[in-house]
Formats: sequence, structure tokens, C-alpha cells
Amino acid sequence: MPQIPTLTAVQLAEAIASGQTSALEATQAYLAAIEKLEPQIAAFNQVLADRAVQHAKNIDAKRQSHQHLPPLAGVPVAIKDNMCTSYGHTTCSSKMLANFRSPYTTTAVAKLEAAGAVVLGKTNLDEFAMGSSTENSAFAATHNPWDTDRVPGGSSGGSAAAVAARECAAALGSDTGGSIRQPAAMCGVVGLKPTYGRVSRYGLVAYGSSLDQIGPLARDVPDAALLTQVIAGHDARDSTSVPRPVPDYTAQLDEPIEGLRIGLPKEFYSEALDEQIDDAIHKAADAYKSAGAQIVEVTLPHSRIDTDEAGQLSSYAVACYYIVAMAEAASNLARYDGVHFGHRTDEPVGDIIELYSKTRSEGFGEEIKRRIMLGTFTLSSGYYDAYYNKALKVRRLIANDFTEAFKTCDVLLCPVAPTTAFKLGEKTDDPLTMYLADIYTISVNLAGVPSLSLPAALSKDNLPIGMQIVGPLFSESTLFRAGRMYEKVSNVARLTPALAAC
Amino acid sequence: MSETIDADLVRHIGKLARIELSEQQVEMFGRQMSDILVYFHKLRELETEDIEPMAHAVQSSNVFAADCPQPSLGPDQALANAPQRDGNFFKVPKVIGDS
Amino acid sequence: MIDTKETVTPVIGLEIHVELATATKLFCRCRNRFGDPPNTNVCPICIGMPGVLPVMNRKAVEYSMKVALALGCQVAAFTKWDRKNYYYPDLPKNYQISQYDLPLSSNGYLEVPLADGSAKKVRILRAHLEEDAGKNVHDKPGFTGVDLNRVGVPLLEVVSEPDMNSVEEVMGYARAMQRLVRWLGASEANMQMGHMRFEPNINLHIARGGVTYKTPIVEVKNLNSFRALERTVEYEIARQYAQWEADPDGYSMGKLQKQNRGYDDATQQTVFQRAKEEAHDYRYFPEPDLHPVVVDDEWRDEVAATIGELPLARRARYMETYELSFKHADALTQDAPTGDLLDEAVKGGAEPKRCVNLLLGRAAALANERNCTIAQIGITAGGLAELTKMLSAGDVNATASGKILEKMIAADDSPRQIAQAQGLLVVRDAGQIEVWVDEAIAANPQAAQDARAGGKKQKRAFGFLMGQVMQKSKGAADPARVKQLLQQKLGP
Repeated sequence: MPQIPTLTAVQLAEAIASGQTSALEATQAYLAAIEKLEPQIAAFNQVLADRAVQHAKNIDAKRQSHQHLPPLAGVPVAIKDNMCTSYGHTTCSSKMLANFRSPYTTTAVAKLEAAGAVVLGKTNLDEFAMGSSTENSAFAATHNPWDTDRVPGGSSGGSAAAVAARECAAALGSDTGGSIRQPAAMCGVVGLKPTYGRVSRYGLVAYGSSLDQIGPLARDVPDAALLTQVIAGHDARDSTSVPRPVPDYTAQLDEPIEGLRIGLPKEFYSEALDEQIDDAIHKAADAYKSAGAQIVEVTLPHSRIDTDEAGQLSSYAVACYYIVAMAEAASNLARYDGVHFGHRTDEPVGDIIELYSKTRSEGFGEEIKRRIMLGTFTLSSGYYDAYYNKALKVRRLIANDFTEAFKTCDVLLCPVAPTTAFKLGEKTDDPLTMYLADIYTISVNLAGVPSLSLPAALSKDNLPIGMQIVGPLFSESTLFRAGRMYEKVSNVARLTPALAAC
Repeated sequence: MSETIDADLVRHIGKLARIELSEQQVEMFGRQMSDILVYFHKLRELETEDIEPMAHAVQSSNVFAADCPQPSLGPDQALANAPQRDGNFFKVPKVIGDS
Repeated sequence: MIDTKETVTPVIGLEIHVELATATKLFCRCRNRFGDPPNTNVCPICIGMPGVLPVMNRKAVEYSMKVALALGCQVAAFTKWDRKNYYYPDLPKNYQISQYDLPLSSNGYLEVPLADGSAKKVRILRAHLEEDAGKNVHDKPGFTGVDLNRVGVPLLEVVSEPDMNSVEEVMGYARAMQRLVRWLGASEANMQMGHMRFEPNINLHIARGGVTYKTPIVEVKNLNSFRALERTVEYEIARQYAQWEADPDGYSMGKLQKQNRGYDDATQQTVFQRAKEEAHDYRYFPEPDLHPVVVDDEWRDEVAATIGELPLARRARYMETYELSFKHADALTQDAPTGDLLDEAVKGGAEPKRCVNLLLGRAAALANERNCTIAQIGITAGGLAELTKMLSAGDVNATASGKILEKMIAADDSPRQIAQAQGLLVVRDAGQIEVWVDEAIAANPQAAQDARAGGKKQKRAFGFLMGQVMQKSKGAADPARVKQLLQQKLGP
């Protein structure tokens, strides 16, 4: 039997179910990998070793007594630390919640555990999921397993790095403007941003409520499909979760889609895109063509990327996204005020307003403050129509573009990030440049549609290049099958960085 | 409408958002926020007069729960994360005036 | 000639916040219940903990629709939720889920009965639903305590037009609203439990010398008793007039901003809080966590069908068909179940006036003792009908009927069974009554002599002997028969 960390989640679940290995062995193997690699990667905020071992033993006992085993029985997973768990801490990588213990568990996490997954720990992120590099953590920056001088992307950088480094079999992340897909691309793993409402948000610490979705980060498409299968579905605790049956994503997964029409949005293949990435995605398109797919050019006019004389990039979608997300964030993060939970200033305060202001000034990092300030401004008296309401209107234009595009194709093939993983510290000084890391991913969140990010190729300097397959609302089945088609013909499935090789 | 955010406006927003700002932060945020606002102004290129604002990614309506009580946390769990408490109350400095 | 005539017209609008009588809160399923120990009816949603989401209570929406329809409001076909952002420790999320630009209902009216029997229509601008805040407890030494039990309780905010012109009209409107929401079962509207709170806005229009002066509008926040509302309006009318008189041109709407004032219960005065221009910037925006509410005709009609007859219509009907006085009809229409009881009893054959006398007599006294409505004392319409019929038939007298009614509360027995068991049926058996008469005369020879003698003592002695006989019969003897027999035996 091969070494446990080389197995996918699907393979490991089979190995445990058939008795080739045990949940305990699997858990211990991953705990050992974490111990070995964490000094270089720093993917985890917290490792819950004792609890994981206990949980694994329970599963093994179940198997020994021939009870029915759920689909992920004994598979060790990691959870982004912005999902509340009634065990351990839930910190959002913020000083504000450094000691917060939730009295309840996120629906998606509870579903994962009910399916037998063993939670190894909580992974690092950009504070409150605001960032694209996982450098904005109050605790530590996570490193990319492909090159530890580089960022893993973000904000689900901890989950992506942990999956890539084989510190866990799979992980959960959250995606507000690309926070699953972009780190998946930079770390060479598969990530899905499900249709808005497909997965319950209950327990996910809100950043941009109308954009946030929980999704999987996994070694390959079948793993991502299985995890999505488990976490998707209606939740009475989330009014925006959709009461619609969850199809069997794992069925027909290996069957290619006949006559698949793939749209390439022309606005995305401009000079703003790194040449190697452009090249890699066009090669992927060729591979699809060889497999019988039809390639068509489509247009997403309101997601267009413009370059001015100074080389500065701009896009309606980026402006729209940041206005919407920051306004929602300013309101969502108002609750961190030192009264009912979380950090509270130790300094003497004269009144309640001072208590709030000092607490929030101490508890939040700079990026959080910047976004709260901007969000507060765009909602404030006299500015609402010019900014927030305008953005909601542009959001509709962006969403309509997708509807139009899907009249002539089944899925879109798009870049995920404009570059491969960049160096730590390279962009932290300039917030605007960092916001542009999301330039290809945010339209999807604004439109609510699903998108699967998967490795397309490796760059010349041995860094993963990702691509995303975007579909209409609730088309996850199609995305998995389309992604699997590429995985089978390319040589990039289950990319493994040297550092993680056993 | 102001195209840039001056120091007074930054301080005003800081007050609204309940974030204490040093003078150095007032300067820095003023500069960065002005830059970002210029970026946001790109949306002015678009004619949106007749466009309905889109507040939700997926349209739906009338999502209700039945009026049936379920267990609450109880004071000990409710107050477990409270930075300060007095008996079963959350404790804050004296508050005066209206809400 | 200078016109010295002066008219002062108070112009008053009222916002009323009504807590709805749902079992659970608006956005979570914690109990909506007053009086529990602090922070017991509280869950992660009430505390605004990271990751929580609201889910709408259908009942709260239906109660709101019911009140809105009863107020003749238009119920919006499409209504949505907005976040109202402000910081306060009793509001854990630091935003309140409310309705801003598309409220649940608008443009209705409430008829306010006035003391002279007339009614005034006060227009309703809008009624919308929102979540209540918790309570800051200020009686602590040096700090404030926060209790979140009330957080998230559904609150209907009914905003009137400034149509009221006197303290009487304001009080009439407030009481009519209390009666209406109770009537509909939408709220207990108990002032002690904070189920209703008032926020009046007041100014004066003063006409003098051909010029109309308007004083600046004052809004007074968070009044939680009728007394506070009355004192506030009285005080503001007097205060604004005095201030205007001191400076008729300076103290005017154009020159001074609207202001917020608070009511101080100790001094029964209002005190300045802030100018409206300093008001919070609430930064309203659509609530992303909740979908809109769409009300189609079918749903609206379904809710409308639950409303039934409204209090003023019922009062008019009682005056018309039962021929009751305004006072009696009004007393019976303070709540719906009491009138329902009367109507059911009449349907069961009770004579209306006698039945009303029972309800407003002994039943009202019992309700008063128990601090509840007449319907709540616990008598059935069937029992009430039977008792009324016994009274009409002369089977029981008024005194006995009161006693029977009281027994009906505790026992399942019918009024007749109670009357029999207690010996309260009128005795018409001449033989039995004659025995009692003879005994009374024999036992009281002096009185019998006085009665026979005539003169000034006669009337008193006769009455005394009447009383003795009634006492022997425990009130059950037919008084007419007793009188007749006594007259026969003591007559000249």
C-alpha cells in the first residue's frame, strides 16, 4: 500500500473502508506531516491533534463493529479558521478573535464531520478573509509549498498550502472574490467556488455576505466533487441557501461531456495577463478541442480589463466588487466592539465610544481598517447613490453578461490570477495592486455562478498555473466533469511540490 | 461630491466606524482611500439609469421559519466569551443618552 | 385696529412601537418572553456572534400584515429588509435589521374615539417591522449591564401623520392603537412589560395678528407609559408656547433645527438631547442575509380573513342592535373575546340587556379583582346564556345570579346545577313561604305589632320582617310572594 499522504481523499476513504489502513493511521500520518512541514509552511493556526486522534479511533471502532461507514470516514481534513467550530478557537487570523471560542459549529463543517472526515485543525488566512496572499494574518504569513519565498495566495492560503504540502487530504476554504480559486491556482490544487446558496454559510464568519461561499480545496477533481457532495444542500439556518436537491456529483464524473462548448471571454486574454498563463490556458483549450470540445469566443463586456498609459489596470468588476464587499464588511465587522465577545482594550476608557474605538483600533489589522473605512464611506449620507447603489446596478450588468455568454457556450475557460505566486512582501505596500490579484475571479462572485479552479500547467520556474471553468448557476456537475476531462488528458493532476514528496 | 478624502473626512469616517486613528493613519488612509475612490469612479463611465440594483446573487423570496421555540444557550454559554461580565450581565462603562 | 385674537394649534404626530405576541423572536427561535432572568432567552444569533444568520419568523410578518390591514393600510406586494447601522451595547451586531425604503405597509388611518362620542381619523404614514434591541441596565454602580433577552423581539413601528391637535387626541389615538393590536391578538400591548413605546413629535402653529408662527419640531424618544406620553405632550405645548412668547420671531421652525428631547420621569419634564442635524448617519443598505417578502393577493386575503369585526364597528352594532348606551357598548369592546362572549350568549338565547348587566356587573368586578379582561375570568358563552335565561324567567334573582356567576368560574356545573346545590333558585311554593312568614312573625312579636299598628314605625317594621323571611330562605324566596303574604297576615 502506498504512503498515506500520497492518496487522494477518495482513495484513502476506500483504503480505510476496506481495512487496508485505519483512520488512526491516516490521522497519525498527517499529524506527522504537519509536524515536519509546519516550520516551513505555517499553514495552520491551530492543530487539534488529540481531538483528531479520538475521532479517528471512534471511526475505527465503528468499522470494526461493521457499522456503515460514511463516504469520508477517516479522511483527515483542514478547516479555514473563519468557520466556527464548537471545539478549539475560531480566530479569523485576527487579534480581535484570538481567544474566541464558538458555542456552535458551522453547518458545512458539521456535515463534513458527519460524513466521517477527521478535522486536523484550523488553517491560516488573511485576517477576516480580506486579502490575496495570506500575509495579512495577525499571526504568521503562510508560505507556498512550491517555493517558500512565495505566497500561497489567499485568503484561503492556509488551506491551499496544507493540501498542496500534503498536510491534509483535503480542506475547506471560503471564496468572496477568489479566495478559494486563487490560492488553489497558486498552490497547484483544485478548488471550487460553488453557486451562491449551494452551500450553507451558517457559521462562516461573514466578510461580504452576498458574495461569500464555502467550498473545497482538494488534490483532484473527484475529491473536490466528493467534498462538495457532502457539504452542499439546503440549511434552514441560512435563508440564502437554496432548497434544491443536490445532484450526485461523483456519478458520471469520468464520462467526458459530448459536444462541450467552451467559451473564452475575449476580455480576459489581454496584455494584462502573464504570457505563460495565457499560453497555458490556450494549450488547455487545444487539449479540450482534441477531446471533441468546441471552442468559441464570448464576451463579458463589464468584466473588461483596461490598461491606462501608466500601465495601471482597471476594471468595472474590480471597482464594483470592492464597493459591495467593503460596504458589507463594514457592517458585518461592526459587531467586534469589545462588549459581547472578542478583544477588548485594556486601556482606561472614559465612555463606551472610547471603548469601541480603542478596542477596534487595537484588534483589527490595517487592511481591515482600510476596508471598513471605505465601506463606511460609500454607505454614508450623501455618497450611497454614487457608490453603493451604483455598484449594485453595475453588478446586475456583470451578471447579465454571464447570462448572455451562456447562451452560446456551456462553460467559460478563464485565467484565475494574472500571475503565478508572487514573492512574500512584494505587494503588501500597495493595497490597490493587491486588489488587482482578484481581477479574473471577482465577476464570478458578483454573478453568483460556480467556478472550478484547477491546475493547467507548471511555469518555467516550476510554479503552478491555474485556470478556472465557470458555469451557469447550479452547474457544478458540468464543471466537475469538464475539469475531470482535462485532468485525464493533462499531466498536471495531483501536482506535488518537491517539499511534500514522501 | 468630493473627489478626494481630506483629513477631516477621514476623521469623521473613523468616528462613524468607531476606529481610533493616529494622525499618521489619518494621513495614510486619506491618501490610500482617495486613490481607491478614483479607481471606483470608473463606474461613472457606465449608464445605469434604468438598471435595477442587484442586492442578492440568487433571487428568491419568502424564506420563513415557523414560530416554534428552540432551546437558547443559557447565560453561562452566552457570556462565556464576554470580556467583562457582572453576574449574568455583559458589563460596559456607564452608558447615558438615547440609542 | 390691531387684531389681538390668538389661536394656538398643537400639531402632533406619533410613532408607536408595538412588540408582537409571537412565541419566538423575529430572526431566531429563542423565546419572546418578558421577565426572565437576564441573558436566558439568548442564542448565538441574539448575541450577534461571528457566522450567524437571521431567519424570518412567518408569524411576525402575518401579525404585522394583520395590523396593517386593520389600519386600512396598503400592504406592499414587495417588501425588503435593510440594515440600519449604529453602535449601542444593547444592539450586539451594531446594526438593526429594519425596513427603510420599502416598508411592509403604508397609507392607512385609525379612527380615534373622542369623549364627546365623535371620532377623528388619524392618518397612518407607514407601518414596518424591525427587531427590538436589548436592555441596558443603568442601576449598577459605575457601569452599565447589558441584558439581551429582548434583542430580536419583533417590533412593529407604526408612524402617524401629524394629524393630532390636542393631548386628548394623542391619548385617544394611543389607546385606540393599544385596543386594536390587542383586539387582533397581535400584541399583548402591556405597558409594564414594555410592549408599547411612544415617540411623539410636537410643534405649535400660532396665529397672531394675521401671522402664523410655527415653533421648531421636537421629537421625544422612548416613552413607555401613557402617563409619560400625556405629561410630555402637555409639557411640550406649554414649554414651546412660553419659549415662543419670549421670542416670537427667533423661536421658529425656519430659524432653529428640529431637536430631540428626552422625558425625565422624576421632574416630568423634557430635556434637550441633540439637534436632529447631529443625528446618526445610519448608513442603510439592503440586508444581504435575508430575501425580500412578496405578498400576493391570496396571502393578503388569507390574513385579512382572520381580522373579523373591528372594535368601533362592533361598538356601533351593540348600540344599534342591543340598544346599549355608548358607555356600555364601549366597555364591552375593549377587547375582542369579551364581545365574542356576549354575542355567543345572545345567539344561545340570552336577552342582550340582562346579559350585559351580568357581564358589566359581577363579571366586570371579578375581572377587575383579577386584573384581567371579562372574557379571561373563565365563563363559557353557554353558561352565560343559561344564567341570563334563568334570570329572565325569574328562576333566580339578581343577587343570586351574581353568586352563581362566581361559582361558574370554579366549577364545570351548569348555572342551574349550581343554583340548586346552593339553594339559590327562587322559591315560589306558597306553603313553604308561608311557613317562613309565620316563623318570622312569631320570632319577632314587637316588629309584628309595630307593623300592625301602622303609624311611623310601620314601614320600617314591615321591611325588617321582609328581610327576616328572605334571610330564612337564603335569598331564594320570591319577594313578591313574601310581600303579599306578610300584607295578608299583618294587614288591617
